[in-house]
This record gives sequence, C-alpha cells and structure tokens, in this order.
Amino acid sequence: MTQSNRLSGGQIDRTKTLTFTFDGTAFQGHPGDTLASALLANNVRLMGRSFKYHRPRGVLAAGSEEPNAIVELRTGARTEPNTRATTAELFDGLAARSQNRWPSLKFDAMAINDHLSPFFAAGFYYKTFMWPKSFWEKIYEPIIRRAAGLGSLSKQDDPDAYDKGFLHCDLLIIGAGPAGLAAAVTAARTGARVILADEDFRMGGRLNAETHTVGGQSGADWAAQTVSDLAQMPNVRLLPRTTILGALDHGIYSAVERVSDHLPQPLAGKPRQILWRIYSRRAILTAGAIERPITFENNDRPGIMLAGAMRAYANRWAVTLGQRVAIFTNNDDGLRTASDLLAKGVDVVAVIDPRHGLPLLPGIRHLQGAQVIGTAGRLGLSSITVRTAKGTETLQVSALGVSGGWNPNLAISSHHRGRPVWNDTIAAFTPGPDGPAGLTFGGAANGHFSTHAALTTGAAAANEAILALGYTPAAPDLPIAEDAPTAITPLWYVQHGRGRAWIDQQNDVTVKDIKLSHQEGFRSVEHLKRYTTLGMATDQGKTSNVLGLAVMAELTSQPIPETGTTIYRPPYTPVAIAALAGRSTARDFRPTRLTPSHQWAAEQGAVFVEVGMWLRTQWLPRSGETTWRQSVDREVLQTRKSVGICDVTTLGKIDIQGTDAGAFLDRVYANTFSTLGVGKVRYGLMLREDGIVMDDGTTARMGQNEYVMTTTTANAVTVFRHLEYCRQCLWPDMDVQLISTTEAWAQYSVAGPNARNLLAKIVDQDIGNEAFPYMACAEITVCGGLRARLFRISFSGELAYEIAVPTRYGDAMIRELVAVGAEFGAVVYGTEALGVMRVEKGHVAGNELNGQSTALHMGLGKMVSRKKDAIGVVLSAREGLADAHGYRLVGVRPVDPGNTLTAGSHFVSTGKEPVAANDGGWITSVVYSPHLGHAIALGYLKDGGTRLGERLRAVNLLAGTETEIEIVSPHFVDPEGERLRA
Amino acid sequence: MPEHRLKPLAPLGQATPQSVTIGPVTIAENTGVALASLATRRGRGPDVDRAAATLTLTLPAPGHASENAMWLAPDQWMIEAPYATREDIVAYLKPAFGDAASITEQTDAWVRFDLSGPDLPAMLEILCNLDTRAMRPGHATRTVIEHLGCYVTCTAAGFTILGPRSSAKALHHALITAAKSVY
Repeated sequence: MTQSNRLSGGQIDRTKTLTFTFDGTAFQGHPGDTLASALLANNVRLMGRSFKYHRPRGVLAAGSEEPNAIVELRTGARTEPNTRATTAELFDGLAARSQNRWPSLKFDAMAINDHLSPFFAAGFYYKTFMWPKSFWEKIYEPIIRRAAGLGSLSKQDDPDAYDKGFLHCDLLIIGAGPAGLAAAVTAARTGARVILADEDFRMGGRLNAETHTVGGQSGADWAAQTVSDLAQMPNVRLLPRTTILGALDHGIYSAVERVSDHLPQPLAGKPRQILWRIYSRRAILTAGAIERPITFENNDRPGIMLAGAMRAYANRWAVTLGQRVAIFTNNDDGLRTASDLLAKGVDVVAVIDPRHGLPLLPGIRHLQGAQVIGTAGRLGLSSITVRTAKGTETLQVSALGVSGGWNPNLAISSHHRGRPVWNDTIAAFTPGPDGPAGLTFGGAANGHFSTHAALTTGAAAANEAILALGYTPAAPDLPIAEDAPTAITPLWYVQHGRGRAWIDQQNDVTVKDIKLSHQEGFRSVEHLKRYTTLGMATDQGKTSNVLGLAVMAELTSQPIPETGTTIYRPPYTPVAIAALAGRSTARDFRPTRLTPSHQWAAEQGAVFVEVGMWLRTQWLPRSGETTWRQSVDREVLQTRKSVGICDVTTLGKIDIQGTDAGAFLDRVYANTFSTLGVGKVRYGLMLREDGIVMDDGTTARMGQNEYVMTTTTANAVTVFRHLEYCRQCLWPDMDVQLISTTEAWAQYSVAGPNARNLLAKIVDQDIGNEAFPYMACAEITVCGGLRARLFRISFSGELAYEIAVPTRYGDAMIRELVAVGAEFGAVVYGTEALGVMRVEKGHVAGNELNGQSTALHMGLGKMVSRKKDAIGVVLSAREGLADAHGYRLVGVRPVDPGNTLTAGSHFVSTGKEPVAANDGGWITSVVYSPHLGHAIALGYLKDGGTRLGERLRAVNLLAGTETEIEIVSPHFVDPEGERLRA
Repeated sequence: MPEHRLKPLAPLGQATPQSVTIGPVTIAENTGVALASLATRRGRGPDVDRAAATLTLTLPAPGHASENAMWLAPDQWMIEAPYATREDIVAYLKPAFGDAASITEQTDAWVRFDLSGPDLPAMLEILCNLDTRAMRPGHATRTVIEHLGCYVTCTAAGFTILGPRSSAKALHHALITAAKSVY
C-alpha cells in the first residue's frame, strides 16, 4: 500500500501526486512534502548508513539540523551528494539514493566496521596510523576515506548557473517563525526596509508544525496570512528557501537562496542558486530552537526521532513514523507530541517520563519516573525496554519520539566568537552579549519558547532596532497565543547497559568516546571536540554539541557553564562550491580586454596570448607557415629590413598634469624629467622604496604642465596606484592631477627603416628627421584631419614611431597602416617578434624587472640621478645592491651557434660543479635571433661588466641541459643606436 | 567635425551602437557622448566654478551627477557633452578653464550602456553592490561590475553604466546574462 503512514490534514496538496524514486524504487508523495516526509509516508524508515560504523540510520529531525538522512539527489551531471532528505523539496521525477553503503542500504558489507567498533574508538586514527609516516597520504587516508565516505561526485561539469548578488536593508530578520513574522510586521509598518529570510520553502517556522491557535486561527493559517500581507509591502523583501550562512563584518550577512532546487532543473537562463551578500543596518536572529535527544543504549535505530520532529511530520506533513508510537521526554513540550498523535488517531503506546509527580496525560499510559534503557530492531525499531520503579518492561513499538529539551538556535550569534550563556530555566545556552554588532535576538532563539513569548519578544526586538535606526516604532498589534512555561528536568543520558549510546549520530560519537576523551586528559571542550570529532560533521553538531558537553560536565563534576561551550562557524549549513564561484567560471572566469586591432587580427587568423586580462596578438601566421618560428622570424626580419606594425595599446598611459607635474615626476622617477623640453620624450626608470626597479617606460611632455607617462602592460594598474598614493599621501601639497588614458587611445608602433616613409603617407604634417627628430612627440592629424599623437620612440632598436588615435578609430587605423604599408611590404608583428627584437636590442622587460634587480644590475646605474631625491634612490645605494662585483646584465650566445639556450639556466664556470656555491647568475630571456641566425639571451652575471668574452657553461638542472656559452654585450643589434636616429 | 577618411567602430565592434531588449529591459550602447575629466588645480576652485558657470556646467557633489557632469573624486569630475558637436571636448573646455584645471579627454576610454525598463535594480543587484533601489535620478557612483571598475548613474530614464572600453564585450555579456537571469 502506498503512503501507508499518511494521516489526515497537513499542509500538502493532495490534489496532485508526485512520483519519485529512492534507491531505484518508485514512491509517491505530494507537493509540500520533503523527501523525508514522503519516504516516511511510504513507511521507509531506513535512509542511510552512518559515517564510521555503517549503522542503519533513519530520520532524526525535520529540518536542516538533520544528522542522519543524508542522501544523493538527482542523476548525471546534476548529482548532488550529502543533501538532507529533510530539506529536499519533493518534485515529480526526483531521483534520490542512499550513500555510504555497499552493495545496498539493507545489506551493507561495510557494516563489519560496527563489529570491529572496539578498534575504532575516539583517537583511533591518531594512534593507529602513525607509522610508517609515509603510509598516511598514499595508503591509509584513501582507504579510510572510502570506508568512511559521504557521497560521491559526478566528476562532470556542473551544467547549472549560479548568481551572486547584493541586497540592502535597514533590518534583516533571520527566520520566519512566530518571532520573525512578528518582528517583520512590526518593523515593516514603520516604513523601514526589511528583509525576512527563512531556509524553509514555507515560512512560519514551528507554527506550521503545531496545533496551537494564533489569534483565533490555526498557527499555520496566521503565518500564511501574515506572509501574504508582508508580500504586498514594497519595503519588505521575503526570501524563502534562503539560508543565512554567516555574519560577516559591519552588518553584512551572507546567504544562499535556492532558486531552482525544487525544480527538476532550472528554467532556461535562470540560476540554480544565488549567493547573496546582505548589507543590513541591524539584524534580528529569530531562528527558533533545535530539539536535542536524550542518549541511551542503541538510541540510533531508524524509527527513533526527536519528539518535536515527530509532531512536525504529523501536523505539517500528515505523516506518522509508525503505527505504534512511544514518547520519551523530560519536558512538557514532548508531551504535546503524544497528545497530537493521539488526536490524529495514532496508537500511542506509552509516554516515558523521567519526572515524578506530574498530572497524568489523559487517555495515554503516562509512565513517570521512567526511562528508556534499550531498543531492538536491526534495520528499524521494533521494541523498547523501559525501566520504571516497578522494574523493566519491553514495549512493542515501531516509533519512539525523544525530547531532551530545546537548544536556542544561536549559531549565527557565535560567528564573531560570541560565547553563548547558560540559562538554568530552560537548561540550554542562549546567545551571549559579545556576538556580531547590531545583531539582537527574539523568540526561541533567545530562549523564549512559548508562542506568545515568541511574538512579543520578536516585536520588541524589532521596535528596539527600528528606534535605533531613527524610525518611530508603533505599538505592535499582536494576536493572542499560548504561553505555556518551559517545564523541564534535565536528563542527558541514561546510565544503563554496556552497549553504545549515541550522541553525535553524524560522526558516530558515543558516550563511551567522551568518557575515553576524559580519561585520556582531553577535557577542555575544544580538545573534546577534536579528539572525538564531536560536532565536526557537516551538521556542526546541531543536535549533539550540548549533549556531549553535558556528559563531559558530569564526568568532570562541573556545572555545564564551567565546562564551556563550543561555537559555530559559517556556513550555517553546507554550501555548493559553485554558489561561491557564481558566474565566474570557465570562459567567464574573468573578463577579457580586447585591443583596438583585435577584430582585424582575428580576421587574419592571428594567434592570441593572454597578457593579464588582455588578449594580444602573439604572431600572425601566413599561409605556408607551419611553425610559430617561421612566422616570428619573418615578422622580425621584415621589420628590420623594411617596416613592421605592432599594437601597443596595452601599455599603460597615465595623463599627468599640474604646475608641479615635472617636480612630481622627478620624485617618482630615478632620473630627471623637469628639464625635459616640451615636445620631447624621455625613457624613465621608476624605483620602489627599497631601491629595486619597479617599472620602466617613456614619458612625453605634451605641454608646459602636461605629461603622458607610459608603463609596462603588466604594471599599468600598479604604477597608477603608486602614483595616486604618492600624490594623495606623500605629497598632498603638490599640484598634480592624474588620470588613466590607457583605453582612450589606440596606439601602434611603426618600426623599421621605412617607418617614416609609411607614416608620411598618412600624417598630415612634416615628420622629417629635422622637424621630428628621435625622441620627439607632438599632437598631429592623420588621414585628412583626425586628431592623433605621434611619439618617436623605439623598443625594437629601429627607426620607430608610436602613433595614437582615439580608440574608436583604432580598427580603421590598423587597416589604413596595412593598406598604405603594402608598397613597403609592411608586416604586422605580435608579442613574440616584439620580444625577439627587444632582446636583440638589449632592452629589459618583465623577466629582467623581476623585483630583485636594481638599475645598476640592469646596466642603467647612470640613470639614477644623485642631483635630486627620488623614491628608492637612497636604498638603491645599499651595500649589497651597489656591490661593484654584483650582478650585471649581459648578453649570452652559444659558442656553437647550432646550440639552443634554456631560460633559467645558471652560469657555472668550466670545470666547476653545478651547485649553489658555484652559481654565477642566470639567464633571464632567450630568443632565436633570425638576424644573427642563432639563439641569444640576456642574463644577470656576477661581475658581468668585466667578463665580456668569457666562456662559461649554462646549466639547467631542471631541464637537464648544459651549453657552453660566451658572454657578450647585451646589445646584439646596432649597439651605437644609429638606426634609431636615422 | 573634421573630414577624414577613417571610419569609427563602436566599442562592441560594430559600425553603429548596438541595442538589446531582454524581457522588459533594453540595454543600449551609446556612442553619442564625449567625455573629459576635469580636475581643479591647487587653489583654483573659484576659477573653476566661474569657468563652469560660463559653459553652464553644473559640477555636482560627491555621489551625484548633473545633466553634464559626474563627480569622480575630490575636485574632479567627468564632463559630458554631445559627441556630434563637441567631438574635441578638450578644445571646447580648455578656453574656458585655461590653466585653472587639468583637462583630459576620456571619450574613448569608456563604453556607455543606457539601461531602460521597469525594476532595473532587480538586475543591477546581481551585478554590483550598490543600493540601486535607493538611488534616485542624479545619483552616481563608482562600483565593480564583472570585476571591472564602472560608474553607475541613475537617470530619469533608467541607469547608465560607464565601463572600460576594452572590456565592452565582457561587460555587455555580463549585463545580458544578468537580465536573462532576472527577467
């Protein structure tokens, strides 16, 4: 019979039937069901195997605190392990599987662990797998992980999308039970911006699980009406299916909204989940309370459940865990489960109450002064053994509800190391005063357990918060509700029998483990936790921490508050890693920056390379070229022979203006700029405070108080930030203004003997050698009037210019340059050819600007002016850095031109061992020079300035290469610089 | 505008600006606005104010934009002018401000997207951390969208986003993805 445990009533839609499978068997449920409630309705109690001993386990709770019913949902790439059956919303076609069992849930071969349990006590790993040390990573850990597994990953790409978002409010209310709803209504009426979040798909909290009336209607109806009223208010944002994960700094909370998890798959274009960052001015925690069990021997069988959860299944989901039920409770709240089940027509066999002298429950066998001391039933509960003053008795039952009291759900309050405070009246911890600033508490989360107290304290917390925010509070108009006092006599565990009594069911921690921890001296709660793994599972011990603590308190003969407490961490419940990544995955991991010539280059079949976020042309293959070297060699040779064009837009450009602009440059550059004439460009070297070279580039003086600085592509942002720091913090009195113009101008290098001839065809002005000499710059026009800038600077060592036009004309400009360059055989070259030519010329770049080298090392020591002060100048003269025999930039060529060189090779003298003591320096950059017909390199060599002509070995132990080399000048091409000035 | 033979491209790579409508929202590339940064030189505030008045520029307070300027930083604004008539925006501003301000052309440093439609904050709240529901026409500020530094202005017609031009396509993709996610 399907749904044999279904009762009448409940908040499920019986007009629709949903079909789902669990371990391949088909079942039916209704909208409004969770996977757990639907399985229980179908009399499926066994839902999983425990982590360590593979014990058969069923559902313990009805919410996200569930430690046992951990299942795998969906199939294929959407498979998600380790989800709670108690929070998984049922949908038609849902496929769920149990996990951590082999070959099946009912017959699990790994349950042998249960019989070997004496060997698996707390501290087992630490003691057993210590030796030999090398075995841990490769042998022990993988075996343990397989046996103590949780679910498995699909190992396929996640097909779903995830968003990240940001919300803002005056007041964030965490939890939409009676306290949260009262707080929301109270705050919303004042006009304050309110966000009300709840992890459940149905707001109302315990009101949906109880039979209490609120304001004359059922609690569930009042909640539904209130939620519907709030939904109409424009200043209220309701976030159902949203878990607040943690309290971050300054009133910021993180949350995950499960937008599509209740659907077979997200609608097209829609995210599966959204990770929200919520900026709140104040927040109220109204997250209710979590029931805790009483521990007794074999208290983990499927069919044993928290009494409040049992009541929730009956009232909200119209499900009973079994047809013959007993209740074991030390508090009045547990008695309600018996009454509610009885009212639903369930056979309540007995209520076992350790307390004495209470009024007897009408119509129920209410055993007082009694305890449950044992249970039986291999894959599910079949009977319990009860001890009373008269002796022991065995009761045949299929379900047992247990209540040891309620713990305020204070996890979020401890995220800033807020220490919970013990409250004797309710025998539980309540939120402490030193939690997240701006967070207050209402309702059961603060230890106020009656519905009336939840409503009033929720409203009061809202009024207090909105008053602090400057709103005028109104007297809350609250409905009448029950106000029963909390009546509890603490009972933590039943001392009987030699079997295991379970505390943390997710991590398989027993009373014995805690005793062992105590016996071995791990008595501090932090030690207890780590020694036994109590509370360290994915549920963070929501149902077990206080219980474990109480047992330790008893062992140490200390009160619980003196024993201490553990605190919780974000996230409140586990989060899919994909939600943390959001849309930043695969191709969208980060945005790309495209150069102005990108479209043209793509049309030519260019090969692109990532340079930071930029995509730059690496080389442009022509038909017939089969290797990159052919393309690059051609680009280099043709540039040196005639003319080449290269997109250099990616270099940083910083506009520097102000009456102190020249003086400012003198301070940030090691060399002098204030003396540079208007219309001239100079190469500049920028040092860090410690004297190491930070960046290099050219700076052009466009006007009396106007400069344009260029930086390397890699350091464009770093240099701009550095200059802003200098301007704002070091010298706020200087009259200097900065702004980046990197993106505003499309800039092309035109280099080679025919560079001027080519440019003369498009530049409207005279750019002859006299009118526009080496290192000149000017505002010009091109192609009949387009505003442009021209700089006569060279990185390749050739006669060269850089021409800049407004970026929207960058595409037209590359096409124009290529078209008019055709008669010269102009080539467009990429970053590889650029690199070859700069090494041939002996220019330093990123490999030489390595964060360890000074101007002196680079052979640029004379650029550091001693006539003025500038950042880094003093420290660049430190003894170690200024060593006359220190590293110097040298050129390197293989003695046998047929040999290649390997970057990163170290210089070792002939006949010396390649060990650190004989290390003479290293090769920084290697290229093949088509001009010279062999490999060439740059490197840093100790005392390199005096060793020209010396022969050494270049040894690379990683690559396994060794080459005889000769030290030469780093200027392989045109060392006199005649071409530049031609 | 001077005559010359070069044809411009809009930041998204087409000859004309592109417009996309997703559900109720339209995301339109706008190339019709010339931009220049204007920074007051030391002690020249009164001169800048006088010059701004002669050009009927309103230099707004922090977090705000006027019909022709947006606040960028202390004593620094982004000036807007119609591209059709003020293509050389520096040449337009310089005569009025002289050496009282540092003026830098910024027109082609940015891609501009004009967003129009109802409930734009629903899409903006999954793009940036601004409280766009609290923004009113005339509010403007800098933020990060898709890892990129952007300016967001609330206008009577909706919202305007200025983003780095080289990443125009990446930013556009992010805007479209957000719109599809929300509407």
